[in-house]
Amino acid sequence: MAEALIFVVMGAGALAGGVSVVVARNPVYSALGLLGTLLSVAVLYVAQLAHLVAAVQVIVYAGAVLTLFLFVIMLIGVDKEERRDETLPFQRWIVGGLALVIIVFATGLSLFGDFDWVPAATATVTESTNGTVEAIAEPLFTDWVLAFEATALLLTIAAAGAIALAHYRRREA
Amino acid sequence: MVDPGWYMALAAALFLIGALGLLVRRNALVMFMCIELMLNAVNLTLISAGRALNDLNGQVAVFFILVVAAAEVVVGLAIIVAIFRLRSSASVDELSELKG
Repeated sequence: MAEALIFVVMGAGALAGGVSVVVARNPVYSALGLLGTLLSVAVLYVAQLAHLVAAVQVIVYAGAVLTLFLFVIMLIGVDKEERRDETLPFQRWIVGGLALVIIVFATGLSLFGDFDWVPAATATVTESTNGTVEAIAEPLFTDWVLAFEATALLLTIAAAGAIALAHYRRREA
Repeated sequence: MVDPGWYMALAAALFLIGALGLLVRRNALVMFMCIELMLNAVNLTLISAGRALNDLNGQVAVFFILVVAAAEVVVGLAIIVAIFRLRSSASVDELSELKG
């Protein structure tokens, strides 16, 4: 029951944040809407016993990534008004039609389809799905250690690439 | 326990909002935020599927997605800043010419 309440409140928060990302004219408001969505989703992670992932979500996403976004928004400047008219012909109509098709399909699937999409699922949550640091570390450093090292390499390359891009100057300038 | 299908529905809605924003907006930064929204929707799907299947590997996958998304944000924002220096605009419509 408590989880249902958390789901409704935080799901509404996540959806409201997502909508405000799309409709806000000022990019700063978009970033704040994204922050609301990220925090709501982090609470939903906790409700599903993914404790470590929720903590990483708050620290890395809401902390680091969003700060970076705000830095770049301030650097680029928020005063320029975005053009609201559409230059591509029929693009808005096609997007609306696409959204309608997806909504009808998903609603039909959930109302009339067989929702037994994971036959092995049980309602009991055991110790093994409790995503504590210890529980996540065990598969991470045994089964997925190669992927872990590869992401470490990727992060190093990304940091070096970002510095190279930011450092780049045109020679004649 | 809330049925995992409800989490899936919420994730689908978030993904749809992000996809629509990506298609409708033309500020490169806002489009980038919409991509982050879609990534988060997929993460939510993985978490609830992993819980329904009683498998921790869903959470491990989300961990990796978070790391890769962080790297993607760093490089993407650096590219946006580099383009802004050349063009002094963050609108993707003004990047339509294929010249440096």
